[in-house]
Amino acid sequence: MRAAREEVLGRIRSALGSGSVPPEIPRAYRRRGVHEPGAPTLLDLLEERTLDYRAGFVRATPASLPDAVAAVLGEGVARVVIPPELDRGWVSKVDAELVVDDPSLTPATLDTTDAVVTACALAIAETGTLVLDGSADQGRRAVTLLPDLHVCVVGAGQVVGTVPEAVARLDPRRAMTFISGPSATSDIELNRVEGVHGPRRVVVILVLPVDPDQPE
Amino acid sequence: MTPPTAPAGVGGLSNGMSFPDAARLALGDTQLRRNLRAATGTIRAKRASVVAEVEDWEELREAGRQIKASAMNRLPELLEQLEREVASRGGVVHWARDATEASGIVTELVTATGARSVVKVKSMATQEIGLNEALEAAGIAPYETDLAELIVQLGHDFPSHILVPAIHRNRSEIRDIFLREMPGVDPHLTDEPHVLAEAARLHLRRRFLEATVAISGANFGVAETGTLVVVESEGNGRMCLTLPETLITVMGIEKVVPTWGDMEVFLQLLPRSSTGERMNPYTSMWTGVTAGDGPQAFHLVLLDNGRTATLADEVGREVLHCIRCSACLNVCPVYERTGGHAYGSVYPGPIGAVLTPQLTGIERSPSLPFASTLCGACYEVCPVKIDIPRVLVHLRARHVEASGPVPSPEAVVMGATAWAMREPRRWGLLQRITRLGRLLSRGGWIRRLPPPLSAWTSSRDLTAPPRHTFREWWAENHPQDDR
Repeated sequence: MRAAREEVLGRIRSALGSGSVPPEIPRAYRRRGVHEPGAPTLLDLLEERTLDYRAGFVRATPASLPDAVAAVLGEGVARVVIPPELDRGWVSKVDAELVVDDPSLTPATLDTTDAVVTACALAIAETGTLVLDGSADQGRRAVTLLPDLHVCVVGAGQVVGTVPEAVARLDPRRAMTFISGPSATSDIELNRVEGVHGPRRVVVILVLPVDPDQPE
Repeated sequence: MTPPTAPAGVGGLSNGMSFPDAARLALGDTQLRRNLRAATGTIRAKRASVVAEVEDWEELREAGRQIKASAMNRLPELLEQLEREVASRGGVVHWARDATEASGIVTELVTATGARSVVKVKSMATQEIGLNEALEAAGIAPYETDLAELIVQLGHDFPSHILVPAIHRNRSEIRDIFLREMPGVDPHLTDEPHVLAEAARLHLRRRFLEATVAISGANFGVAETGTLVVVESEGNGRMCLTLPETLITVMGIEKVVPTWGDMEVFLQLLPRSSTGERMNPYTSMWTGVTAGDGPQAFHLVLLDNGRTATLADEVGREVLHCIRCSACLNVCPVYERTGGHAYGSVYPGPIGAVLTPQLTGIERSPSLPFASTLCGACYEVCPVKIDIPRVLVHLRARHVEASGPVPSPEAVVMGATAWAMREPRRWGLLQRITRLGRLLSRGGWIRRLPPPLSAWTSSRDLTAPPRHTFREWWAENHPQDDR
């Protein structure tokens, strides 16, 4: 094993020769967006891009969030899995069995749940992307994979404009998943079809800050 | 000393058939040509529209190109850093000089777990090394889980596209394969894409839940943090990367990028170039082992298999920048007509025509650098600006040099033309001789030349030489400019 390592590294060094200097990397592309996170333009863009993937998009306030979660889950959902530290208030009006995830639950058990409700690390407006980083309100990766419906609660302040702004805010040493719409494939005649192995339905609930001048 | 190329007789780099022979077969298949035209037309339009909405696309391409060039320049240092970071987070790094060694490492790792089957994420590297064949020989069943790979595997077929390996199949052919090969499938299966996708979901779900070992490739490996990145659409990747106890990832050494920040470039370039989406549905990123989340044993196999030989060619090495988006296949007029099988390699299309001959050595894939019209469309769409036409021409020259002292008719003609063009008088004389070709023409076209020039006209018609050359016309009309 050691021999292969030394040989491959030796081959690379001989292939490169000596004395060449790595090029400067020009970063003339947009590294920051023109809008602050949570700006109304970004929220509208996130909505447009999310709907374009045929995912759901709902707006709520902190006060209306429990009703919004319950409404999105709807009638057909019997078992809902939640990450261990999800804000319980969010699911307080859910009329279904709540399963709190812990690592002892097997994939087969998770497969018997109908839906999952999570928070997120951030969302990217331009690409309609949700990023989950395994924090305790988002759960391990399998939790958002096996149920057929994923309800993701996004705070308005978590919405950034561009991919570089997202990358700068994330810690790559966490296990992360970027999610853009429901599971899909383009493998049949290069036409996009939603719904293969991951959740076939994704619904974003955007929580807007409360306007202090407006009574709820 | 030039590093060795990929070994012959193992893996999917070369099936031994020449491009012209294989292309002739493919061109006779009208169903195939219809499938390809429809599919590449769809994806070209999608890519063009999502690329057009990115105002800084050219700046991103330039950054992507230079990040890759920089990574190749610093390859030893970056690979050692990647190894260190992965190891410090509980992963085990292995090095493989070639396909045989890589397959051997993976097979041993799987055997050690006691598993008799593995689930696989679509991976060009594992196709390249012929891993499925090696696993089967050791009594381990490899299950492909990407929809297109599943279609190829169930159809006992070969992949023909980097992104969509079953692009050569239309929906009704796919339905027929499923009806024939999928145990327990609904016998009333229709050919609607969502029905076919649902059939694949049901077929694979149990397999995902029971799998203990998964095998993947990697789109990127970040040296700075040890993070591996897999970009996908269906969720089969997430299933494989998350549910089993053991994960084995096979990654070509050229997939390393220096920093986490560099991902801000590639996560914009790749999805738009590949599936024509603003972002692909799922991108998974993991660093070694994460306690309580996903596989608790992780192995990374770093693969050479001709990559260092490619790196040794100062012109050809930029091909290693490829991020496997397949945009160049979708715009190539040759690919659109012949399909991927004609290239005889898991890497088809323009990128395959420059990558395969360098990995195998040009003597094993001599016809591939000629499988192009040099129209340049591939360069225009390449997200990391690989100058494919330039490398094609370079490899053609290398092939001519390697062909030894007996020059081909083409080399003789090109040599004679070069000699004539060095001297205006010689060139004028050559043009007057060429005019004799008018005697062979009918209606302005020459359809057949005598041997050895017949080699040219056997596959193309030639316009008849003009009555007057441009130089003669110029001399008549601009006597004062005569020189």
